[in-house]
Amino acid sequence: MAVNIKNLPDEELLYGAKTCQGCGVTLAARLALKVLGEKTCLATPACCFAATTTVYPQSSIFVNNAITAFPALASTISGMAVAAEALGWDEDITILGIAGDGGTVDIGLQALSGAAERNENIIYICVDNEAYMNTGNQRSGVTSYKAWTTTTPTGSCSKGEKNKFKKSLFEIMAAHRVPYTATASVAYPKDFMEKVEKAKNIKGCKVIHVMTPCPTGWGYDPAYTVKTAKLAVECGLWYLAEYENNEFKFNFVPKEFKPVEEYLKLQRRFRHLDESDYREIEANRDIEWNRMRKRFA
Amino acid sequence: MSKKAFLSANEAAAYGVKLSRPHVVSAYPITPQTTLVEKIADFLANGEADFKYMMVESEHSAMASALGASMMGARTFTASSSQGLLYMCEMLSYVSGARFPIVMVDANRSIATPWNIFGDQRDAMAMRDSGWIMLYVESGQEALDTVIQAYKIAEDPEVMTPVMVNIDGFTLTHTYDMVEIPEQEEVDSFLPPYSTTNKMDMKDPKTLCMSVGPDFHTEGRFLQQKAFEAAKRKIVSVNDEYAKLTGRSYGGLIEEYRADDAEVVLVAVGSVAGTVRVVVDEMREAGKKVGLIKLRSFRPFPKEYFESIRDKFKAVGVIDRSISFGFDGTVFSEVKSAMYGSSAKMANYIVGLGGRDIPKHQIETMFSKLFGIASGKNEAEVQFLGMRWE
Amino acid sequence: MNKPKWNKDYKAPSSLDEMFFGSSNGVGILPTPNSGFRTLHPEIDSKACIKCMMCWVFCPEGCIDKSGEHLEIDMDYCKGCGICAAECPKNCIKMIKDGDTE
Repeated sequence: MAVNIKNLPDEELLYGAKTCQGCGVTLAARLALKVLGEKTCLATPACCFAATTTVYPQSSIFVNNAITAFPALASTISGMAVAAEALGWDEDITILGIAGDGGTVDIGLQALSGAAERNENIIYICVDNEAYMNTGNQRSGVTSYKAWTTTTPTGSCSKGEKNKFKKSLFEIMAAHRVPYTATASVAYPKDFMEKVEKAKNIKGCKVIHVMTPCPTGWGYDPAYTVKTAKLAVECGLWYLAEYENNEFKFNFVPKEFKPVEEYLKLQRRFRHLDESDYREIEANRDIEWNRMRKRFA
Repeated sequence: MSKKAFLSANEAAAYGVKLSRPHVVSAYPITPQTTLVEKIADFLANGEADFKYMMVESEHSAMASALGASMMGARTFTASSSQGLLYMCEMLSYVSGARFPIVMVDANRSIATPWNIFGDQRDAMAMRDSGWIMLYVESGQEALDTVIQAYKIAEDPEVMTPVMVNIDGFTLTHTYDMVEIPEQEEVDSFLPPYSTTNKMDMKDPKTLCMSVGPDFHTEGRFLQQKAFEAAKRKIVSVNDEYAKLTGRSYGGLIEEYRADDAEVVLVAVGSVAGTVRVVVDEMREAGKKVGLIKLRSFRPFPKEYFESIRDKFKAVGVIDRSISFGFDGTVFSEVKSAMYGSSAKMANYIVGLGGRDIPKHQIETMFSKLFGIASGKNEAEVQFLGMRWE
Repeated sequence: MNKPKWNKDYKAPSSLDEMFFGSSNGVGILPTPNSGFRTLHPEIDSKACIKCMMCWVFCPEGCIDKSGEHLEIDMDYCKGCGICAAECPKNCIKMIKDGDTE
């Protein structure tokens, strides 16, 4: 199941999207479609991705695709998967959903929980840019601690987002005993694509939570999308892990975490932070890693 | 040969669903729709049907998964009621705008608050502008027959619009009557398998439910309105075709009952039409020229019919089991608007809210009020009848 | 170049008869290019390039073509984000002001 980057098909199944320069979501979706190929039926909720690929007459997606309502991605693709079976479609056709973090961990979580519990035969990819970016950067349930967003503005009484820990979609899905769930990052394309490939070959509900930095919302040079995503992992503020057969596994653990400011200072959304904030974020990171190490070991 | 069975309207509708051979049924239980989805589960448990049945975690997901299934070209069914219908509201316009011919049953029930599980028509009337065809039935038999007809109407290439079949909560959904169940072969000869190009297809891939900006939006909505005009014709022709097959006719968009020479008529929607029918017979015995107009299709609304009866009656009353607060009963505003310029006196009676019974004497009161205003008596146009302290 | 093409001759419906059905359309329709996003464009030094494909894999747009002898960039759809230049391990991609060439 190893993915060899040099052997990947040249053919693009996502092309000409009107996303911002350096969009992490576009990168993740493109790579996922490379692995899954033409025999894919894709749906997205109303989000950045839909609004930049599928506004008539433009259609930047080259496989069957649909937009559905914001809370309804998991339920819509559930219906697609069940109908595909009822109608006798080929079993190697993948029913794929791609939704942002808000559309997944906030408004879409109920439908995803239902789909996971019913173990629908779908791949659900959550592309996480840590806020509602389509509507201009409002906080979500996975916005980073102390990040500036338009609904967690900084001011004399505010240092940005108050919630210390990102809602753990990965563990929520594992709690549903789905056959496969994973976290990933666009900075680790081989790891991400291998996870998509693995998901493709498992029957049931597969959920991949991939970090997809957003240059516009996070406030960094679009050239640094991959660099930013990589630093998130190297600083321990994001992680690569898998859950299958009732077991957790880290795919990559940095020998030593880089100082968090290397990641945070790249981004305008954290520019109000000072030394004490960095240390506090580091302390939170260590609490989270200790918890995960105990749980995943 | 068809067979007869003693069924509730929910069970009868479930037979209608089974006979229509859907590929996918997706539903979430809610009183008073529950016995319908239970019956559907029974069919599967007993090996009497082989569709996929999705027991989803909410009504929103029920309609969303029905949408997903329809996107793949599946014949799809769902059912709900009251708060459940309101919860799926968002998905209703996704389905209708993308022109997916899903059929659903709404077991008409009041909407909270006050929390109330009993029947009235406020739930569906609140969905008036969802872009769904809305049919109302008077009996369990009509529920079964209308579900089958609904697929034929919805899937017509000129229509391609979803249909909501409305069955009054408890009054119909939970009351039993003898119902004739057509043979599968009979239904198969009437309702061909669903076939469409408006679906995902490996040979001809599609973008569905896309975003359309101001530049083409109006034209699409114009075509949707045109589909409803086609539906007006289709509802009538499907009723006629079904009548030839089974001997049962419901008139299409409306049914007039003893209205031809009537002086005053009542317009009724749903089960109350049955009560009015009985009262009309009794009052006719007593020599009173009364009649019934049963409104079967609320959307598309039979505007042309109401235009044609503008000057036919001395007074026209409309029974509403819903109200648009701050204005009139929901059906009344439509009837009055379609009869604009009429010489008839008009009145609106708001009754049967939150499951309150609509007894025969209340219908008699309505008719006598109509005779009153027909002979020049002044009365409030919109009246709540049967209030506790009248 | 082995990349989807800008549908330059795309014609919008000109009457109701040509309108799309419901909310449905075909797939892979690109009536407009994305070159307008760009202020800088990448230029690859093909001699220094080792074809490790890091730029190709990290390009969000997928607009780097590997079908020829040298990597080529589809300038209709390159937005000039600069990820390719930032991620090239050989530093053989330069971002040049649009209109200028190296």
